[in-house]
Amino acid sequence: MSTQEKKRQEHNKEQQPAEAAKTLPWWRVVLDVALLPFLAIITALALSSIFIIISDTELLALWRHVFSEPGVVLSASLKKLELSYGALISGGLGNPSAIWDGLRTWIQTGDSTKLITSLEGIDRTLVYSTPYIFAGLAVALGFRCGLFNIGVEGQLFVGAMAATYIGYSIKGLPMLIHLPLALTAGALAGAIWSAIAGLLKAYTGAHEVVTTIMLNYVAFRLSDYMLTGPMKRSGFNPVSPPVEKSAWLPKLAPDPLRFHAGFFLALIVAYFVYWFLWKSTWGFEIRTVGANPNAARYAGMSIAKNFILAMAVSGALAGLSGTSEILGVNHFMAQAFSSGYGFDSIALALLGKSHPLGVVLASLLWGFLRAGATRMQSAADIPIDIVQIIQGMVIVFVAAPALVRMIWRIRAIAEEGETIFTRGWGT
Amino acid sequence: MAPGTLDWATIRHRYLRREQVLGIVYLLFAIAIWTLFLPHVEAGAKAKFGLNVVTGVKPIPVPDLVVPARETILLLGFIAAFMGGWQLSRGFKEPQALLAVLLVIFLLAFLVWATAGKSFNLTGMLASTVLRATPIAFGALSGVWCERTAVINIAIEGMMLSSAFTSVVIASATGSPYWGLLAAIVTGAVLGLVLAVLAIRFRVDQIIAGTAINIFAIGLTSFLSHSWLSVRQDLNAAPNFKPIPIPLLAKIPVLGPMFFDVNLIVYIMFALVIITHIILFHTRWGLRMRAVGEHPKAADTLGINVYLTRYISVTIGGIIAGIGGAYFTLGSVGRFDEVMTAGKGFIGLAAMIFGKWTPIGGFIASFIFGLADALQVKMAILRVPIPSEFLLMAPYLVTIIVLSGVVGRAVPPAADGQPYVKE
Repeated sequence: MSTQEKKRQEHNKEQQPAEAAKTLPWWRVVLDVALLPFLAIITALALSSIFIIISDTELLALWRHVFSEPGVVLSASLKKLELSYGALISGGLGNPSAIWDGLRTWIQTGDSTKLITSLEGIDRTLVYSTPYIFAGLAVALGFRCGLFNIGVEGQLFVGAMAATYIGYSIKGLPMLIHLPLALTAGALAGAIWSAIAGLLKAYTGAHEVVTTIMLNYVAFRLSDYMLTGPMKRSGFNPVSPPVEKSAWLPKLAPDPLRFHAGFFLALIVAYFVYWFLWKSTWGFEIRTVGANPNAARYAGMSIAKNFILAMAVSGALAGLSGTSEILGVNHFMAQAFSSGYGFDSIALALLGKSHPLGVVLASLLWGFLRAGATRMQSAADIPIDIVQIIQGMVIVFVAAPALVRMIWRIRAIAEEGETIFTRGWGT
Repeated sequence: MAPGTLDWATIRHRYLRREQVLGIVYLLFAIAIWTLFLPHVEAGAKAKFGLNVVTGVKPIPVPDLVVPARETILLLGFIAAFMGGWQLSRGFKEPQALLAVLLVIFLLAFLVWATAGKSFNLTGMLASTVLRATPIAFGALSGVWCERTAVINIAIEGMMLSSAFTSVVIASATGSPYWGLLAAIVTGAVLGLVLAVLAIRFRVDQIIAGTAINIFAIGLTSFLSHSWLSVRQDLNAAPNFKPIPIPLLAKIPVLGPMFFDVNLIVYIMFALVIITHIILFHTRWGLRMRAVGEHPKAADTLGINVYLTRYISVTIGGIIAGIGGAYFTLGSVGRFDEVMTAGKGFIGLAAMIFGKWTPIGGFIASFIFGLADALQVKMAILRVPIPSEFLLMAPYLVTIIVLSGVVGRAVPPAADGQPYVKE
């Protein structure tokens, strides 16, 4: 370690007064940090009730009589909301009494079928949250460098394509080699794809928001082409051949549950991102560039290098998101296999305050919402797009703390650490 | 900011290098034209371009344009090579405009190559270029209005999508596209106001606020289209705006079908380009807008209400994006489909940047994007040996190339994206 590096690390400590100055008990800190996101979610869920009510045409017709028979209208609406949110919770977590019942039967008789069916809700939540963790980390890492990577969706497709190709084209490899190879291919492809945007930003000043969105569309067309051409399985449907078993992420639960090792991989990667950002020199540089590019330049850091590096690592995480979905759940690639994980990830990074732990928690919540929304669609007939509505509102509320404070009439709690997200057009 | 804020020596160094790089890029265009297209054209093959349209008001007929394919491609390549040489030795003053010319030359060479030995209706394609450029131009104009007062509007896409939705529902319910257009204007204004409040009152990061509006718009329109329009099909069948030929002018060959036989929303676009130009550069209000965008503090000192100026401009920007959204439904087939804007709002932003934050520049840039888009559609008819997916990528790739500013940096309004805090 050179002295210069040590100095940098000391400087690093000084740079975070928000973390250093915390003499409050830890639970107060957690409360302060978690309060606003929590209120943001509560507000968003409360407001989405409106959309649940208007999506029901019969209920909406009933609202015409709200002045003559307010009791009937309100009780019908509450019933609908109870049904919807009940489905949301049972779809995402399962029924506790059923789980308890299943557990007892299993211990007493050794028959696990009941237990397994009762765990389907949790299983779905964990499986859904796996790609979210990767994708959320991708956006969060970008934010830390002052980059807004909206291209996660495209990078996810490219990563999935590469992993699928390695997964089905190479045969007869042992799993110990094949699986890491496929994972690396996915991460690498995502990294290369997003590094294009990083390069353009670093050397030409093209804003990453627009270039990554354009690269998304290019990636979608590319995957259309691959799945209808070179990567097409023989037959009518535009899907890839099945991935060899040796490249599957091992399944950790019996059928029909789908829980796979990808979830633990995601947790490990989340820890790695934490280590990378806060314990490594590269991460320190990335955060410095994000916090103040001018200061970083005067300290002798290359802004171009850090833009490209941050974009590439972010893309690798995005690539892993698609890869885990292919190798863990689908085991082949189809058109539009990802239903917007990439766009959801923006809300995740904001909600998790661009911190890996926050992103993991936010992803679990999002996995739960998605699993629940699926049940809401089947049980209460509410289109799954409600998730996106909730997301849009969460982003607004998290990005505008003043708005949440105004709604809930709370004063500014602790001094909020200035989180840098993006800056201007970069020109 | 970020990588651009370099000290003067670096800027000069980079600028000098850039001019040479440009010359080489021009030469590469020439080489690309020769190597990509020339070897695949048989000697003596002719490309026939139809100049007459068969639909609408028929303009005065003119003879078709028939050119020898090989020679034309050679010539176009020579023009590009000459421009490259000139740039390397002498240097052009307006390299931004030159890149536009070069892109058009490249597209022409592509067209001649694709048409060699066949015939192709050029006027039809140009007319469809105008139609495809329209939503992009609305996006660019919306961006100009917002960003000239230093509010970045990345939510154009979401504004267009929402307005496309409301316009089709209202127009279907009332049976009149004019009510639909009004609904689109109101929707755009409301979303513009939301962006303005978030960006000005709450000082939310403008790009994040815009992204939130985009995600919200995609979610809400998809949600309502699933829950409502799928049940009430009658609300998704709007009367659309029909082309209105202008007497005499519509009879002009080639130009008539392009500019004088289009529907109301396209005419509105033409008018808005001119109106925006006049307001921005020839009125007191425009001067204030530009002052607020360049140096809000100075403007404030002189007694200009910075916040009010921004609120009004961003709302007008929202209205323009809203009219652009109505074009997707009322200016077309009168139906709403999920996520039908397909990135046009973002391409509009790129057009604005390419046009250097000016309405006329933005319009010309939109025209080039529209040309790439129209070509991509017509190429399928000519059976070009390129998979359609790659042709579909063309407009997006052009956007990336343009944004990366192969030609000099476009300079945004100085205060772009920064919230203003009154002291």
